[in-house]
Amino acid sequence: MLVLAFAAPVSAADPPYFVTYTHHMEEPGSLELAFENLVGRPQAGERFLGSLLEVEYGVKGWWSTEFYFSGQGTRNDSTLFTGYRWENRFRPLMGEHWINPVLYVEFANLSGADKTMKEVVGFDSQSKQNTPNAEARVEKKREIETKLILSSNFKGWNLSENVIAEKNLSNEPWEFGYAVGVARPLALKASPRPCRVCIENFRAGVEFYGGLGTRHQFGLRNTAHYVAPTVSLELPGGTTFQISPGFGITSASHRFLLRFAVAYELPGLGRYLRRLYR
Amino acid sequence: MGTRLRFIVPVMAAACILCLARGGTHGKTGMSGSWLKNVPLYAGTRTNPYAQDQDAVAAGAKLFQRHCSSCHGKDANGTGRVPPVHSITVKNASPGALFWLLRNGLLRRGMPSWSRLPDEQRWQIVTYLQSIQDR
Repeated sequence: MLVLAFAAPVSAADPPYFVTYTHHMEEPGSLELAFENLVGRPQAGERFLGSLLEVEYGVKGWWSTEFYFSGQGTRNDSTLFTGYRWENRFRPLMGEHWINPVLYVEFANLSGADKTMKEVVGFDSQSKQNTPNAEARVEKKREIETKLILSSNFKGWNLSENVIAEKNLSNEPWEFGYAVGVARPLALKASPRPCRVCIENFRAGVEFYGGLGTRHQFGLRNTAHYVAPTVSLELPGGTTFQISPGFGITSASHRFLLRFAVAYELPGLGRYLRRLYR
Repeated sequence: MGTRLRFIVPVMAAACILCLARGGTHGKTGMSGSWLKNVPLYAGTRTNPYAQDQDAVAAGAKLFQRHCSSCHGKDANGTGRVPPVHSITVKNASPGALFWLLRNGLLRRGMPSWSRLPDEQRWQIVTYLQSIQDR
C-alpha cells in the first residue's frame, strides 16, 4: 500500500535491452521494480526458468543503484533462491556527448545454481547448467564485476557497448565479456491524442552478447555468444513489458533463450523519505 | 567471515542509500536560471521546428505529463524543491536553450537527461512549455 501511494504516471523511455546497459540513469528519487525471467534448456539437460527481482533507485542524477535477488526452477529438479547482487552505476560526465561513458561496479553473492545469465563472461556455456541443483548450489560465487559502458543517442537511435570484466574473489582469473545493443522507438514523434498500445510506445532493437575467455585464455574460442532481437511496450501508467528471443551462435551457447520482463516505476520515493527525516 | 560478509554488504548498502536519499532532486539553481550560461551559442540559437503547431502542443502536454509531471507537478508549478516550469526563466529562454536543457539535464542538481527521447519529442515538449507561459 505504501509503495502504491507513490504511483503516478511516469515512464522511463529506456531502450528495450536485457543484457546491455546504456548511460541512462534512473531519475533521482524514483524507484523501479522489475521482474525479469529467462527460459532456456541446455542441450543435454532440463528446461529451466531463471528469475531476477530488480529494485533500482535513482540516488543522484549521476548515480543509480540496484539490488537483484535471483532464483531458478529446473524441471524434474528443484526451485531455489540463488543469491543477490548489488550494482552501482556512475556517470562521470555531467552533460550529453557523442559517446557517454558510465562506470559500473557490482558485487554478486551467488550459488553455482544461478541460471539468470544476467551477463555472459569467460567460458560460461550451456553445458555448465546441466549440473543438478543439489550439487550446483554448494558452490559459492562471490564476484566483483566491472563494466565500461559506452552509449550514444543519435536521431532516435541508441547504440550502447559494454566491456565486462568479472573476478571471482576466490583466486580465480579475471573473466571477460561484452554486450552491444542498438534500438529505437518505432515512432519518433508523439501523437497529440492519448494512447496506450500505439506505435510510439513500442521500442525495438537487437542485442549481441557473449564471453571473451579469461586473463589466461582471452578470445572467442569455446565461448558462448548470442544475438537477441528485443521489443518493449511502455504504457503511460508506468508499466513496461519486454520480450526477447535469444539465439546462440556457437556450440557453447544455448540454442534458444527466451527472456521476458515486466517493470513498474514509482516516482517520489526520495521526496517521501526526506519528509520522514524532517 | 563469509557469513558476516553476506549480511554486512546489503546492510551497508541500504544504510548508504537511505542517507543519500536525503539528497535533493532539483536544487534552487533551476529556479534562478544559472544553467542558461552553460548553453552553447549554437544550441541556444536553434529554432523550434514545431513552433505554433497545436498538435505539437497537445503531444508535448502528453509527454510532459508522462515524463516530467512527477517532479515538476501536473500543473507545471513545481513540487517541493523542484522548480516550477511556469517561470520567468523558462519564458525568457530561447527554444534552443530549453531543448539543450532537456537533452543534457542538470545531473548535479537532480534533473535527468532526456536524451533517451527522440529529438522530435523533445521539441514537442519545448513547444508545450512555451505555450503555457502566458497562462
